Amino acid sequence: MALFKRPNFLLTQSKKRGVPGGLWTKCESCQELIYNKEWENSLKVCPKCKHHCSLSAPERIRLLVDEGTFEEFDPNLIPSDPLKFRGPKSYPEKVLQDQAMTGLKEAVMTGRGKIEGISTVLAVTDSRFIMGSMGSVVGEKITRAIEKAIEEGLHVIIVSGSGGGARMYEGCLSLMQMAKTSAALAKLSEAGLFFISVLTHPTMAGIMASFASLGDVIVAEPRALLGFTGPRVIKQTIQQELPPGFQTSEFLLAHGMIDGIVERPELKKTIAKFLNYFSWGRR
Amino acid sequence: MDLRVFCLHLLALGGGPQSGHPPHCKKIFWMNGIMKELSLEFEKPIVELENRIAELKKFSEKKGIDVNQEIKALEKKLDQLRREILEHLTPWQRVQIARHPQRPYSLDFIHLMMEEFLELHGDRRFGDDQALIGGFAKMGNRHIMVVGHQKGRDLKERQARSFGCAHPEGYRKALRLMQLAEKAGLPILTLIDTPGAYPGVGAEERGQAEAIAVNLREMSGLKVPVVAVVIGEGGSGGALGIGVADRILIFENAYYSVISPEGCASILWREKGKMVDAAESLKLTAHDLFSLGIVDEVIEEPAGGAHHNYEVAARNLKKAIEHHFSELELVPLQQLVEIRYQKFRKMGVFQEFTPEQ
Repeated sequence: MALFKRPNFLLTQSKKRGVPGGLWTKCESCQELIYNKEWENSLKVCPKCKHHCSLSAPERIRLLVDEGTFEEFDPNLIPSDPLKFRGPKSYPEKVLQDQAMTGLKEAVMTGRGKIEGISTVLAVTDSRFIMGSMGSVVGEKITRAIEKAIEEGLHVIIVSGSGGGARMYEGCLSLMQMAKTSAALAKLSEAGLFFISVLTHPTMAGIMASFASLGDVIVAEPRALLGFTGPRVIKQTIQQELPPGFQTSEFLLAHGMIDGIVERPELKKTIAKFLNYFSWGRR
Repeated sequence: MDLRVFCLHLLALGGGPQSGHPPHCKKIFWMNGIMKELSLEFEKPIVELENRIAELKKFSEKKGIDVNQEIKALEKKLDQLRREILEHLTPWQRVQIARHPQRPYSLDFIHLMMEEFLELHGDRRFGDDQALIGGFAKMGNRHIMVVGHQKGRDLKERQARSFGCAHPEGYRKALRLMQLAEKAGLPILTLIDTPGAYPGVGAEERGQAEAIAVNLREMSGLKVPVVAVVIGEGGSGGALGIGVADRILIFENAYYSVISPEGCASILWREKGKMVDAAESLKLTAHDLFSLGIVDEVIEEPAGGAHHNYEVAARNLKKAIEHHFSELELVPLQQLVEIRYQKFRKMGVFQEFTPEQ
């Protein structure tokens, strides 16, 4: 059947006429093509639709902390495989894969840095590393950071971005990290120190049901997905369409769950302002 | 039954769909009637043997023949069979026992263990969640506060109690009662039995995540002894929301997990049918959790599981709770809170390496 054989010349046509590599970025929300330089200048916020694309932990720290002032805490904590988890992919395999992809050792970076000159303790989760989920290492690093803040009398800022919540691969040990970090925040509050929780797309489940919801002040980036149960599961359970804008930052603001929505270019300034109020009363 | 206790039973049901019958009548009805129809696949040999014994008894009564010896032998065999089947259960089968529709629920245990139960209602903010109940109770020589998840027995009650899935108002009521207990200096008992916190629009609107988070923070600082017991299902954050305690106990066939086996299977394997593997991997059984250092004691169940004998299950539970309360009452309150902090502080397994300079 030579007639129906794929003619050879098609091969040359099948080459993708896509975006030349490394020059343009496509907005994941509105598909707009944005020149890479402009993309970086706008802090990965789409100039057309204002979609806030996720930042990696190092990018977020660069955005928030005064240049050259960040000192990382506990960079040498790595996960082990306490359950010997047998999934389609083993836990160590998954960890190695995400370490290679992100260049990070775990899903959170913690440290001390100055925000417009004010010394603070900072923790930033990275939603690329196993969905930014919290296992023993994330729980331990955040708890250590909070304890350090108490020791040094500093306020704490945690930027959350985790679609995963408590990490399945470490079973109930992950679940207990929720209690551990929340208990540490109780101590921080007792010490008269403040915690600003910054919610970014997406913050769900075990992260949202522990430290992320416990800020003295809670702010979110625009149109982030924030909540406890994922929208797909809720839809399956109630067998109904979800209301428009369900579980977005705007939805949480309207229901009294957060203090405000802050666009990325304003975030550092806004945090600094809050910190000033916290310190002013204690001069 | 004492009239006062009977009234309390009615009170406890909060005028719900079952308030016309005392729970014990209901229980007997369940145990004898639907029990056999609703038995799990691996329980079939037990049910068959039970049927044979019942038939034999009927036969001997009818014909007036003495078959006591045979019945005794069969009953011994039945007991052995229950033990054997229970010993070799897979994690997934234990999850099924934990979810067994005849398993004793919080109110069953409360009625069997407590001489008095004064239920308190409402979070003073939004409503009264029937999926998470609580109140003052007398247990032995102690006055305590008890809070616990509550599932329903029939369809109507199940719906009224949201299948044991609490809303934010449930967690807020629980916290209100626990803080009341702290003020009164009463020890707190929490009974955990939930598939998870309720997944719904209203729950999200009213801050499901915030309600749980606040409970985690506030429970860590309660200045009274707290004992938490997983009596059935320990479903993730919804369980932990009343689970920050000085002692965490679990029934032999209960489970406590970061995610349901079905949820884990659909995320990792991308097919729900893999829940058997997921249950295996998650290490969610009582004994696994004991070896991981998450629970302090595994409470033995009657042969075949708690649903075969409520009284024995309640007796074992009461003994364990009283033991832990009497130990905790010896610890000065300030120390108690610090020890509780350290208990959770130590949870987690990781590696820390020293970088080569």
